[in-house]
Amino acid sequence: MTKAFLSGNDAFAEGVRLARPQVISIYPITPQTTVVERISEMVEDSSLKSELIHVESEHSALSCAIGASAMGARTFTATSSQGLLYMAECLPYASGGRFPIVMMNANRSTALPWNIYGDQRDSLSQLDCGWIQVYVEDAQESLDMALQSYHIAENPLVSTPVMVNLDGFVLTHTYETVEIPSQTDADRFLPPFQTENKMSLDNPKNLAFSVGPDNNMEFKYLQHKAILGSKRIIEETDAKFAEIFGRSYGGLTQGYRLDDADYILITLGSITGLCREVVDELRERGEKVGLLKLRFLRPFPSDDLVAALGSAKAVGVLEKDISFGYEGTVYTNVNSVIAKNGLRLETYNFIAGLGGRDISRENITAIFRHLQTGGQHVNFIGLGVTIDD
Amino acid sequence: MTNQITAKTITDSEIFYGHKACAGCGGSLAVRIALKVLGERAISVLPAGCMSAVGFNYPHLCFSNNSIISTFAGTASMLTGVEAGARAVGIKNFKAVGLAGDGGTADIGIQALSGAIDRNDDILYICYDNEAYMNTGIQKSGLTPFGAKTTTTPSGENIHGNLRPKKNLFEIVAAHNISYAATASIGNLPDFINKIEKASKIKGTTYIHVVAPCPIGWGIPVNETIEIARKMIDCGLWYLAEYENGQFTLNKNPRDFSSIKDYLLSQGRFKHLDDADIEILAAQRDAKWAAIQKNWNTTKEEL
Repeated sequence: MTKAFLSGNDAFAEGVRLARPQVISIYPITPQTTVVERISEMVEDSSLKSELIHVESEHSALSCAIGASAMGARTFTATSSQGLLYMAECLPYASGGRFPIVMMNANRSTALPWNIYGDQRDSLSQLDCGWIQVYVEDAQESLDMALQSYHIAENPLVSTPVMVNLDGFVLTHTYETVEIPSQTDADRFLPPFQTENKMSLDNPKNLAFSVGPDNNMEFKYLQHKAILGSKRIIEETDAKFAEIFGRSYGGLTQGYRLDDADYILITLGSITGLCREVVDELRERGEKVGLLKLRFLRPFPSDDLVAALGSAKAVGVLEKDISFGYEGTVYTNVNSVIAKNGLRLETYNFIAGLGGRDISRENITAIFRHLQTGGQHVNFIGLGVTIDD
Repeated sequence: MTNQITAKTITDSEIFYGHKACAGCGGSLAVRIALKVLGERAISVLPAGCMSAVGFNYPHLCFSNNSIISTFAGTASMLTGVEAGARAVGIKNFKAVGLAGDGGTADIGIQALSGAIDRNDDILYICYDNEAYMNTGIQKSGLTPFGAKTTTTPSGENIHGNLRPKKNLFEIVAAHNISYAATASIGNLPDFINKIEKASKIKGTTYIHVVAPCPIGWGIPVNETIEIARKMIDCGLWYLAEYENGQFTLNKNPRDFSSIKDYLLSQGRFKHLDDADIEILAAQRDAKWAAIQKNWNTTKEEL
């Protein structure tokens, strides 16, 4: 193990190196670009032995990764925003074909208007594409989830691609001290990729076929079942990771000061750190507040939510996203769990950080005040306005 | 580099069979022949299109070699991944081959194809050209010729079918300084077989553009697919050529052209053309051949 001062992107690239992908397709887009720059350097200096393919678009990046995965190779690619949308056709293609590709997405706003800064509308717009979606908080978690994602994706019971989301700039370009595991430990954690879902000369296969109405639902049901089943694999992966590297993230969610909390804020990604500080401040004043970080949005951590929110009075969802014409997508998902399980608590949605707008300590304090006093349900932070349906 | 396979010695065993292609389908013949030449160690990538629609319906799968459908735009990019992946897992002596139609190649797939040639990936890309989007029911593609009637270029009093000439994909591909590119036709199978075998032995990206008529789309009887493909060559609207080492070579140099009018009017898609339209096509043909005779190596008379 060594320590280094790395950006989120650099840390992720280190995680990719330790995972030893055999084929990597790369295409630049801000703020993802430095990942593929680091990986190119690693291939150049032989610290990563991989087929590095300079594709001409994001559509080709994922199409190429699918082709390589269909030969049984471990693959990696990375994208962001417009690039994620440009490759969108290939997203359900990869998941429907059950190809366990790992892809990093640097969360960035989507045009129009053009904007290169961080929000989560790019990946949340693709929530239904059949990928496992992870949102990480800091550079260490970035590195760790690069490794863990292969462990989850390639489990034969899962066999589903994983998209790891890093908030653009605030995480991708922010430097922190990161522990880089040794290759020996990484190899102990992540065995070489083995799959039956591949073409080989000994056992030729026809893959990525058509399936008509007679059998199509069976394929989709099994895909859904596999992603639901990945919850257990995610937790087992976290436990195995903790055993080898001494770091645990708690699985699908990570709670903070939830015991006896009446007012809980739900977050995803890098804003969680600041929210944790505000929770500490308010706790010092005797306020019963807590925080639940959603690490995975697919599979959705329903059971964790029920356990965490069961005795709360109000819950807020803070997200860098809006599903135009309704509310934040994460909020809709959280409300569905609350309704299905008969939980009796108020819920509020806080839309913030769109196009990279700063989310301040004061904003988060005000969010907790809103949870305590009640008010409108869907709130745009920093605009001083609310929107309720 | 001596080629071994001829029309007489080609294997009797089939790789692409049991599919549901229409009677007289030129595309399925091109794919069948290509895979017979390349053999069981070919790993084929086919985009969404006719061949995947007729041969890839679970549980009725019609390729005995390793085959995969790509996205419509992604034949070449998936081919790149398949080739790199196969090497990465230690597979040796295989050939990654793309088998895509004219729309999948010249229109939606041209970006990915250009990228693969730019990287000089070790792949063979075969475009079977039936001059329109046939799988969706005969719509104009970038390779639909001038005057052809399709469902999106109808002929009427105001417009006589497609207004634009056929995109010159062979030379677009060659302009990448590709290792090897060739034109071919199912109207001349020995030449097609020869070129597939030649391309398969070349390391780096290779490209074969094979004309493969579609009886439904062209408006011809199902037993005239080969004949119309031959007529297309004989009347000078198609040519058999190669590009290698920066040189274009014409493989067959006809002294005279057969009747362009006879070629056109024997097809439903050109039935509406008047003499002025046919003159335009003849003038385009003559201009192309003048350029070929001037700039290409035309001394070979192999065929």
